[in-house]
Order: sequence, then C-alpha cells, then structure tokens
Amino acid sequence: MASRVSVGDRVRIKKGSLVYEGVVLPKSEFSSDKILVIKLDNGYNIGVDVSDAEVEVLSEGVVRFHESELSSSIVKGNGNLKLTFLSTGGTIVSRVDYETGAVRPAITATELLEAVPEFIDYASELAVVEYSRLFSEDLTPAYWAELSSEVGKLIKSGADGVLVAHGTDTMTYTASALAFALRNLPGPVVLVGSQRSSDRPSSDSALNMKASLAIFKEAPFGEVVVCMHGTISDNYVLAHRGVKVRKMHSSRRDAFQSINDAPLARIDFPEMKFRLLNQRFIARSKREDFSVLSRFSDKVALLKFYPGMDCGIIDFFVDRRYGAIVIEGTGLGHVRNACVDSIARATEEGVITVITTQTIFGRVNMSVYSTGRKLLKAGAIPGHDILSEVAYVKLSWILGNYPGLDRKEYVELFHENLAYEYNPVHKDSLFPVWSHEH
Amino acid sequence: MSIIQCIKTHYSRCGLMSIDYSSVGLRVGIEIHQQLATREKLFCSCPTELASDEIPRREVRRFLRVTKSEVGEVDPAAQYEVMKGRSIIYEVPEDHVCLVELDEEPPHELNREAVLITLAIAKALNSTPVDEIEVMRKIVVDGSNTTGFQRTAIVAVGGYLTDEDGLIRIQTVCLEEDAARKVDEGRGYVKYNLDRLGIPLIEIATGPDIKSPEQAMRVAFKIGLLLRLSGKVKRGIGTIRQDLNISIEGGTRTEVKGVGKLELIPKVIEYEVSRQLKLLEIRDELIKRGVRDDDLPYLIIDVTNVFLNSKSKLISSSLSKGLKIYATPLKGFSGLLKKELMPGRRFGTELSDYAKAWGGVGGIIHSDELPSYGISEEEKNAIFSSLSLDKERDAYVLVISDAESAERALKAVVDRARHSLIGIPKETRAANPDGTTKYMRPQPGAMRMYPETDIRPIPITQELLREAERLKPPTPEELLTKLVREHKLTKTLAEQLIRDPLIHTYLNLVEELGDKIQPHIIATTLMIHLKSLKSEGLDVSVVDDQVLKTILSKVGENVLSKDAIPEILREYSIRRGETSLEELIKKYTGIGIKELEELINEVIANLKETLLIKKEKAFNIVMSEIMKKVRGKVDGKIVAETVKNKLKEVLGIQVS
Repeated sequence: MASRVSVGDRVRIKKGSLVYEGVVLPKSEFSSDKILVIKLDNGYNIGVDVSDAEVEVLSEGVVRFHESELSSSIVKGNGNLKLTFLSTGGTIVSRVDYETGAVRPAITATELLEAVPEFIDYASELAVVEYSRLFSEDLTPAYWAELSSEVGKLIKSGADGVLVAHGTDTMTYTASALAFALRNLPGPVVLVGSQRSSDRPSSDSALNMKASLAIFKEAPFGEVVVCMHGTISDNYVLAHRGVKVRKMHSSRRDAFQSINDAPLARIDFPEMKFRLLNQRFIARSKREDFSVLSRFSDKVALLKFYPGMDCGIIDFFVDRRYGAIVIEGTGLGHVRNACVDSIARATEEGVITVITTQTIFGRVNMSVYSTGRKLLKAGAIPGHDILSEVAYVKLSWILGNYPGLDRKEYVELFHENLAYEYNPVHKDSLFPVWSHEH
Repeated sequence: MSIIQCIKTHYSRCGLMSIDYSSVGLRVGIEIHQQLATREKLFCSCPTELASDEIPRREVRRFLRVTKSEVGEVDPAAQYEVMKGRSIIYEVPEDHVCLVELDEEPPHELNREAVLITLAIAKALNSTPVDEIEVMRKIVVDGSNTTGFQRTAIVAVGGYLTDEDGLIRIQTVCLEEDAARKVDEGRGYVKYNLDRLGIPLIEIATGPDIKSPEQAMRVAFKIGLLLRLSGKVKRGIGTIRQDLNISIEGGTRTEVKGVGKLELIPKVIEYEVSRQLKLLEIRDELIKRGVRDDDLPYLIIDVTNVFLNSKSKLISSSLSKGLKIYATPLKGFSGLLKKELMPGRRFGTELSDYAKAWGGVGGIIHSDELPSYGISEEEKNAIFSSLSLDKERDAYVLVISDAESAERALKAVVDRARHSLIGIPKETRAANPDGTTKYMRPQPGAMRMYPETDIRPIPITQELLREAERLKPPTPEELLTKLVREHKLTKTLAEQLIRDPLIHTYLNLVEELGDKIQPHIIATTLMIHLKSLKSEGLDVSVVDDQVLKTILSKVGENVLSKDAIPEILREYSIRRGETSLEELIKKYTGIGIKELEELINEVIANLKETLLIKKEKAFNIVMSEIMKKVRGKVDGKIVAETVKNKLKEVLGIQVS
C-alpha cells in the first residue's frame, strides 16, 4: 500500500469511518514507519498510521521535491560599495519550504534583498554567492583554508566588503582562521549568523546583516569581525573582534560577546548609527599590502582538562605525531601534577603544548602556584588571555604556513599579537556582572 | 435574548429582526478556545497563571519582519505596520516568563498533560485522535507572538455533539499556545505582556451546522460545560473565547473573533444577519440607482481651502497641527451612508473602520452626517460643488490627516464602496462588548502554515489514550445522576441546572464551599431566588460569584438563616451595591433562640387577652407579629416551633 505512495502525491486515506485528503510530505526522523505525514487543505499536517488504512493516490507529484544547485548571482545597486555576500550555510540562510516543509539552507539574491533591501542603497554591485551548504559543526581546518583563499581572491579583485554568512556554533573558529589568514586587510570582513532562522518573522538575521552595511561604510578598522545582536531586544548590533568573541549561550540572540576585550563597534537601530567602542583596532591597510596565508594543519588538538584526566590522552596525540596541543586548564592554567611528565615528553618530541583557562575570562598565570611552575619547566606554553578556540586555530595556522620553524621561533610567533588575539590590559569593566536582585 | 427585550433596551428595529432564520439560510459554526489548567505552559515549564500588577517586570523591544514570499495573504494592515517599523514592546514579568516565551530558546517538548486533557475532551466529543501530532507554525505578525507565529496542532478530527435541533459535527480539536496579552498601543508601538503567551489552549471547531442564534448559544454552552466538567480547564474572565463563522443565503461567511460572553452569541448573530441583510439592501438600491464601478474612481482631493475659516474646533485644531482635509466622492451614495446596519453602526461606520485599519486615521466624516462636528451647511455644500457632485444623489467622505495616510485611508474607503455594488466582503470582524462587530482585517486565504521543525512529532500511543480515558469528562447524564445522588437535588432542579449557564456558578460554589453548606441551598439560591428576582424585573447583575459565596458561607456558618438569602439578594440588587454586603449581612444576622423566646414572651404578654379569646387563631396572630420582626433572621420553621411551645407553656394553648 504505502510503497506506491510517493512524497508529493495527493492522496485520499480511508481509515475506519474517516477520510483524509492531502499531500504526502517527507516525514521527520522521529516518525514511525507506519506513519504517513500529510498536509491537509486547511494547512495543518497530521500523521496517519496507514497500516490499517486504504490509501488512494489521487494525483502524483502535486508538489516537487528537488535539491537545487549552489547558485550565485550579481545585482547592481545605487551605492558605491562593491560587496560580496558569501553563504557557507547555517541557520542564517535556512528556510522552510512552505509547501514541502523541508528545511533548505540556501539563499538567493532575491531572498537576501527581500530581507535586507538596504543592500541596494549601499552596494554599487552585490554578488550573492552560495559557497556551501554546511552546518558549522561540519567545518574543518581544510575548509578554513579553502574559504580564506576564496575571500582573499574577492578582496584582491577589489571587494570593499565581504559578508560571510555562517552557522553560529563554530563562528569563532572560522573568524579566527580568516583573521590569521588574511593579512593587512584593506577593509572589514564580517561574519554574520543568526540564532533564529531567517524564515521566522522574529529572525535576528536581517538586523545583523543590516549592521554589516554600516561597518563596511564607516568602520575605520581592517579586521575580521562578527556581527550579532548586543541584547535580546532589537536595539543594537555589536561588531566583535573575530579572535576575541565567543558564543556564550546556546540560544539567546545576544549569545555572542567579546571576551577579555571590548567590542569594536556598535550599530544602533532603527537609525543604523555606527559607533566605535574600542580605540584599539587594526586600521585598514592599503590594498596592495594585502596578502593571504591560507594553509591550516589538522594536526592540532584541543583538550579540556578535568579532575582525574588520563594523562595518556596527551601521550596519544604525541604518538599520533600531532604538532601542537591546546590544553584548557583550570584557573590560572593548571593540569594535575601527574600529567607534568606527559607534557615534558611532548616537549621532548617537539610537540607544542599551550595552556589556556577554562574560566574563559581572565588570563593564565603559571608562576603563582607550584603546579604552574612545574608545567612551565616541562615546556608548557602559557596562552595568556587567548581564547582556547583561538589558540587552537592559531596553532593550526602556524603549523600550516610555517612548517620549518624551530621551537623558539614557534613560541615567539604564537605569542606575537597578530590579530589582537591578546589583550594586555584587562579593565574591570570587561567582566560582565550578573544581576542578583531577584 | 428575546426580541421584545431587544426592542426595549437596544435596538429600534428589532421588529424587523424577528427573522425566520431558516428562510434566510443561516449557518453558523463555532470555534471555542479554552485555556487548559495545566501546571506548566505548552512548551516550557513556566506557570500558567497571569502575573499580578505588583510583579516586577522588564521590557524587551523587537521588530517583526515579514516578506512577501513568506506571507502572501496575511493581514495587509498588520503587514503595513511591520513595514512601517512599528516596534513591539514586551513586558517580561519576573517568574512568569522564561527564554522560551521571549523566543530566546527553542520550545521544549509538547506538554504531555495538555495532550492528555485534549485527548480526553476529544473523546467526549466523539472525535478520532490523529496517530501522530505534527506541531505547526501559523504566521501571526501583529506581535502577539514573539516568534511571529502561533504554534498549533491538530490532535483529533471528526466527532459530533448532540443537540435538540440536530447533530452538530465537530471538525477539528486542536491544541495551541495562547498569545501574549496586549496592554497598550500607541503611535509607532504596541505593548504586550508575555505572561499569557504559551498557556495551552484547546480549540474546538464545529461544522456550520447551527441554524439559529439560540442554538449557537446552546451549543457553545454545551461545549463549555463539557470543558468545564473535565475539571482541567481555566475559569474566569478571558479564559474562554468564542469565534463565530456566520453566513446567510446570498451573503458571505463572516468570521467574528473574540466573543467573550456566552450571552452575547445570539446578539452577535442577530446583528450580523441584520448587517448582511442591510448590506444586500444597499447593494440592490445601488443597482437600482445605476451606480457602477467606474463611478467610484480613486479620486482623492485636498479640500483644505474650503475650511480655512471654519468655525469647527475639530477642523481648526487639526489644521493648526499641519494636517489637511481630503475628500473622496462617492457618486450615487446619498443617504446610504447613514443607513443603520447594527445598533449605532451605520454603513458610514463600515467605511470608517476600513479607513482606520488601512490608513491609521482616526476616522472619517461623511456627507450624510453633515452638518455636524461644527461643520456648517455652507461648508458641506461647498465640498459638494468643489467635487462637482449632485448633493441630492451623491455623497462624499472626508479624512483629516497627512497626505500619505489619507491616500491609504480613502483608497480603502473606495475599495469598500466598490464592493458594496457586488455584495458583502469576506471579513474577519471583532466583537464589541455590546454584540455589534467591527472590521478587523480581510479573511486570510489558504492559511500560511508550516511545520514547527523544533518539535518532534508526538505519536498518540495506546498508553496515552488509556490515560486520557481516565480524564474524560462526565456526560450531562452522568452529571445529572451526580447532582441527584450526591448533591441530593430534586430531579427537576438538577435538570434545570444542567441546562443553565448558572451551572458553572453552582459547581464553583459547591467546590469552594465544600461541606459548609448543603448543595440544594446553593441550587435553590441560583435557580429559584435569583431567577424570581430577575423575573420581577430586578437587575441582579451586581450579584456576582463573590457576593453569592459570601452570603452562602454565612448561611453555612449559621450566622444567617437561609430564609435571609432572598431578602439580602433583593436588597443588594435594589441598592445596586450601595449598601455594603457586610451591612446587609449584619442587618439580617440571625437572632439567638433566647432572644426569639423573649420576643415571643413579650408579644404573648401584650396580646394575652386577645389570644385567650381567639384561641384557634392565636398561633397565626403571634406568628405574624413575630415574623414582622424576625423575617430573614430566623428560619421560619424554628419560629413556628418556638411559638407553639410558648403558647402552650404560657397560656396553655395547644396548637395542632
């Protein structure tokens, strides 16, 4: 019975005294095998168990389900910026197909302009490129390499601004990868995501994308930034330095916040007013000084220390010929004393071990306690106030682009403040204060 | 309500409305939305109680976004608001709202308790549960849902309800989330409180099988009672809302939203039928006058010049604010704009509703109502001539506003006027508290619904169905048996009660007063005392549930005699609450048996001679004297008993 029914067919299901008519939809991963999900004429979907029902196909293929190819298009605008919107995938470009109910992580220029018509006012030319349709958890260092050389090409060919739409979960990693790969940027590269998908009337994506226009036009910096809501209201969007931003909540639209650093800028709505919040920024470079170093190594590991951790995990990566390991330690940068020997062995084998902190806020200081001092002696490299994720990406980038460095040069390069991934001054105001009134 | 009462109190043309509903082909369907009394909200663990005003609250400001491809046929006025950048402010009361209502966290799993209650009620309606519930998103962009959509799911389909005038089919039983509560609205913003958002609602939709206003009320009552008997629904103002789909032969199906009170249903239907009949009359008249579509162009003319020296305060104050006056001619419409469709609502009011909804203007002024608003006959005529209209045959509409709003408002007026040549537009209308309705928005076409991808489909298992069976509300027959057997009501009284909306009050009072008072006293109070006061023509509207509860609990505590109930109710109604209930209770507070005996002794002593002469009438004489003093304060039976005893004791008179 159900075998000759296909998704998209219009069917009549007779079950007992009841008769249902509707279009067969693809069902969720969770639906049982016997269930046929149909869209009724009143718009509702229901699941009908057809094991004891009579199913009649009224007409075949009323609705078509097909995968479209990656698309790209160029539209002319009334502004003076040459802009590229590059979509990697993720919630920001995800839309539900109203007819089929399928989620489609694809976007066209028409859809983008419907969401943010202001593009036309800012851009002289807007290229909308669907680069990939990937969820951000599926991205790898190899992907960062491809993406950064693609963005590099766009900038070299004269783009005034590149807006990268990206899933939010690993946005810090990709932003950092771009920040290290794209040297001497002539203008900002903006990563934008959304915490509520674009097909929702309440989506945060339009405002986040709109903010990027103000950044392309007005920002004095040539950095990779992440543009996301500053609060849960639609009041303002923050431009965070890509190497200093972290997703701090699993779902809130203000999940992205700068850590150990102030956001670079704030764009207020509805006026769309640009305001610089951080005077410490890397200014726009001349386009001829721009260069791309887009290799990334996949031989770097990121570990989180926990009480009772088996130190053999460190040995495992050393044995697998990894080049570097980031260990997110406790407090000021500690792992259990029992692991000191494994770290010393790593050092001997030429593996770089960087210690960062799980507290996220604050910096590592391994001179305060004896454990820290022992770790330093064993060759562990303090990560100062770098985010663990950023340390991981930076090591991957160093290993990828500078394969022949000796240990000293390696450590020096890691500690060099290439993209302001370190902030030497932590003002009291950089730590968020929770409310304790209720 | 009866036509006679209608004529008396409301509507001058009720006589015309003694309509034979079967001959006009009335068909009504009801949608009932009822909040469920679950412990938690539908998609999160927040409580389902509304926040009091004292609860501290924060505010969140949002914009909703809507694109054409997403919402083809949504409320264009709301869409306009969205495009205009109207901001939406949400009040977030502490402890009543979490990130889910704020649209800052995906919905949790569908509340199982709500599913069970819905299944139980569906069973009582003879509906068939679906095999798997698929939660949908229904686009709503007025801001009442933070997400921009309402989550809703069909739980059961089909079924029926028995009614004296035939079977009423049930179409669907849905489970959905309630919307946020609108608390304020102004230029450029609308404000909602989020406490109500997410409270589970059951939506029961009947087929268009109802054929009279009275039947509609009865069906709504029956469904309401069934919901009530489940013991799992919220009570009180705003917890149940009724929508009506009303159509007549040759008319149009109109949706009326938000009929809060059961008693309003027949009135809403009567008025809507009247409106449709009148609109058809207007159509026929326009055809007779030979008015055609091209007589009604989108012509918007600035007539501010006519009013430069106007004595009208409305006009001069508007002009000083920089607003202008725009006019649109309506050729052939003379006299029709003042035609009353419903009490207090003329055809001109219909046009005005459109202007308000689409143009955001305060309203319109039309030639049929001039001179008024301080606008003179000369000014009225000056506009007729400046528009080159024939004042005997034509009409016009004015708005006072800025140019942009005027254009949208008057265009909507012309569209509506053009439609009157064809018939009745498909509208969603909102119910006013008096039973009249006003234009809200055009009816959505095929509803824009898409799946809620954040929530897994919920299979309806045998286990769920078994659990639901236990929650199934009793049938009216089962309730009747309970009233007779457990509450010890007479069968007649019980039968009356289950057919009367006061059954809710009765059940509430029985539940709240528990063992304190016998249920038959409550039933008698409602069905006999209260009704007889009503039939005397007294307005008993001040007697609310709280008043009844106070009086009855005093009776239960033996502070008041049950005979005092009708007396207190009467006085309280007559004084319309001016004398406080406490004072009345004090007045009727029973006197002790000792005091009663003393009173009787006194009367007997005073009338001793008479009584001894008229021995056989002695009892009646003393009784009537005593009752004058203690009526309502002591149970009559006790008085009689005491008088008997005293007559025997003091005078040796034996009363049979």
